[in-house]
Amino acid sequence: MRPGSVLLAAITGFIWGAVTILVVGITLTLVTGEVTVPQATAAGIAGLVGALVYVWRQSASDNGGVPAWAMTAVAVFVVLLATTFAAPFGLPLGVVPVWQGLALAVVVASVTAAIHLSLNGARLGAMTRYEREVVYIRVAKGIGFIVFTIIVALPFYVMVMTSLKSQQELLANPLDLSIDFSQGISGLLRSYVELFTQFNFGRYLLVSTFVSVGTVVLTLLFSVPGAYAVSRLKFPGQAFLARSVLLIYMVPAIVLVIPLYAVFSQLGLRNSLTGLLIVYPATTIPVALYMLQGYFRGLPSELEEAGLMDGLSRLGVILKITLPLSLPALASVSLYVFMIAWNEFLFAFMFLDDPAIFTLSRGVVSLNSSEVPRQHLMAGAVIATVPVLFIFLWFERFLVQGLTAGSVKG
Amino acid sequence: MQRREMWLAYMMLAPTFAIILMIVAGPLLANFWISFKPVQLADLRPPAVLMNERMRGNPEAAGDAATLEYRMRNSSQDEEIRDVVVLDEIPEGFTVTELPEGCAVEGMQLTCSLGTVEPRWRDRLSIEGTVSAAYLEADRPERDSEPVVSGDANNILTNFDFTLENFQRIFDADEFWSVLRVTFYYTIFGTGGALVLGLFAAQLLNTSFKGRGFLRGLFLFPYVSPVIAVAFTWLVLFDPFSGTVNALLTKMGVVADPVNFFGQRAIEFSVFGMSFEFPLALTTVIAFEAWRYFPLSFLFILARMQSINSDMYEAAEMDGATPLQQFWYLSLPQLMGILSVLFLLRFIWTFNKFDDIFLLTGGNAGTRTLTVDVYEQGFALSNLGAGAAVAVVVFVVLVTFATLFIKFTPKEEGL
Repeated sequence: MRPGSVLLAAITGFIWGAVTILVVGITLTLVTGEVTVPQATAAGIAGLVGALVYVWRQSASDNGGVPAWAMTAVAVFVVLLATTFAAPFGLPLGVVPVWQGLALAVVVASVTAAIHLSLNGARLGAMTRYEREVVYIRVAKGIGFIVFTIIVALPFYVMVMTSLKSQQELLANPLDLSIDFSQGISGLLRSYVELFTQFNFGRYLLVSTFVSVGTVVLTLLFSVPGAYAVSRLKFPGQAFLARSVLLIYMVPAIVLVIPLYAVFSQLGLRNSLTGLLIVYPATTIPVALYMLQGYFRGLPSELEEAGLMDGLSRLGVILKITLPLSLPALASVSLYVFMIAWNEFLFAFMFLDDPAIFTLSRGVVSLNSSEVPRQHLMAGAVIATVPVLFIFLWFERFLVQGLTAGSVKG
Repeated sequence: MQRREMWLAYMMLAPTFAIILMIVAGPLLANFWISFKPVQLADLRPPAVLMNERMRGNPEAAGDAATLEYRMRNSSQDEEIRDVVVLDEIPEGFTVTELPEGCAVEGMQLTCSLGTVEPRWRDRLSIEGTVSAAYLEADRPERDSEPVVSGDANNILTNFDFTLENFQRIFDADEFWSVLRVTFYYTIFGTGGALVLGLFAAQLLNTSFKGRGFLRGLFLFPYVSPVIAVAFTWLVLFDPFSGTVNALLTKMGVVADPVNFFGQRAIEFSVFGMSFEFPLALTTVIAFEAWRYFPLSFLFILARMQSINSDMYEAAEMDGATPLQQFWYLSLPQLMGILSVLFLLRFIWTFNKFDDIFLLTGGNAGTRTLTVDVYEQGFALSNLGAGAAVAVVVFVVLVTFATLFIKFTPKEEGL
């Protein structure tokens, strides 16, 4: 037996015990609405004992009898109940007993699984540096998975659940993020119904779609010939252009806002979709051009030369050879530009005053007032997010390509 | 052939050039111009003669006298308007008997030249006449045609009045230096946080396992969602009265009172008798920034890691290198290029960022960065000139960084 190895197993077990009970306890709170007080220290001790049992069984020479993980589970369960006086979540057993029992089972199973995964191969005897580091990394990765999943998923979960609540429910218990199915579908979706009937969100959705699709079309119309010229034709300044086009992307929008506001106000373009359809493509064309020219360069130029030999004009070559070959690139550029236009906030906020032509971003901002209840705001956020997430998940491959190729705007 | 190709190329690039000159390069120069001018938000509406038309005298029978009256005023308090001309149609069935000076009627067309009008000028034009039966039958026929006024006024944007007052104003303000400091904290820690989180997330997903594709998609959510949606969700989540996080913290006994994450400037605490201030709102905003943009660095770092040749790791394994040694001596040096490029790009974009802070705190509670200050000066305080002056500062700082960065960027990553 080496004190270092024992300590490593003990700390690993403690961490898993404490982390697991916290995560499960908070989840239990959010699912049931009952306030739990997860007993982190007690669960840590249970995990510690469990880990020692696990490593001891694993180091033992005889491998017969009860498997190590089963003994660990029993140890965790017994110690956890003993140290918390049978109330691991700080709740009397009578409160939501089914959920509590389930949560307890999840805690025991997760702690056991985590101990098994991170201490597999560990011994109570001497361990090499390599073996110890493997344990560190397993623990760090495990915690990383939990933390990242929670910080990414929790806000979206809260967004969706809040939008399904009513004002009273939200005020009564902000912790209760469960779905109350007893009120029926129409009761659950009442915020959405109100947004579409009273707050004109159907129109915002249409306007946003129109502006985003319009931006995509205009961007492609401008950037395809430009990208072709930069990648295929020889002219003075070509190399310089290919590099410097991205510099435009570094210009902060906020610097452009004041002059554009002033000029568009005087031209009458400010409170209009035409104004947006001029500004949005201007901000997306450089990056679209950059992405496309990179792709065009990768296409074999022999095909185009053959086309030229056979008597096609340049335009014919572009339309009949280059564009069909670069459909994947066109798809990822389009999706990426669509996403930028859909998510754009600053110009929509500065330019649009007339609720008849609000984009979704602008419309959701107008919900952020003390008169509009929170669940409406969250329902608006869901409406703005769902189309773009849907497109993202559906075309993830293209979009990820676009994101990496274009080294996206922030 | 060469010449033709050159011209073709220029033709194909012309539309792109045109729109970029118009919407990016033009406004950039215009911003410098405006920053030297005393322009208020209200000055954007050019001075104009506002007018109101109505019929007075209440005619009841054909042949009754009536007065067509135009009430006019100069909308501007301090600008004159030159060559003011009023055009209108005389209503059907109204016979003009007397015209004021400067007015003439040709057919049904009324033209009045009023010359130059002073600031704050108010006047009426009264046109005497009689009405016919046709007039009385029609319902207020004077409303059929809107009077049109034209006139020239100085446009504050295009004249040659310059001033340094805007720059004086922003540099003299006490808060300017704190705004600058907050901007740098936000930029450096926001960028660093996003990179570190991205590096960590990339390590997690670098091995293949079931559900990896799902997690990769999930990890990109914060980045692809609209900023308004995620910003408002964070506001709801961290709300001091009805937010989930505060409810959890208070109910579980971690803190006694709800914490106003986005509204409280600083928390004081003392260590060994020395008191420190922890900038709470700024930290929360930085956390948001790191949360929202880690997916981007995650994606790039993951792509780079998967292109690293695995032979190297096998060789290291043979030589007995431990996992941490492999990360430190093999992976990190391979990732240095992409990390530095990401740092530079994210640094610039974070510096340029406006939406996030504006939506989360509105620049209050010690979170005002330069970009938010542009909005604050230009639109909240209605001083476009001062806003443009701050924008000039933003641009100058940015160009400085960009030049430094381009000098020190490793060339091989080619972003």
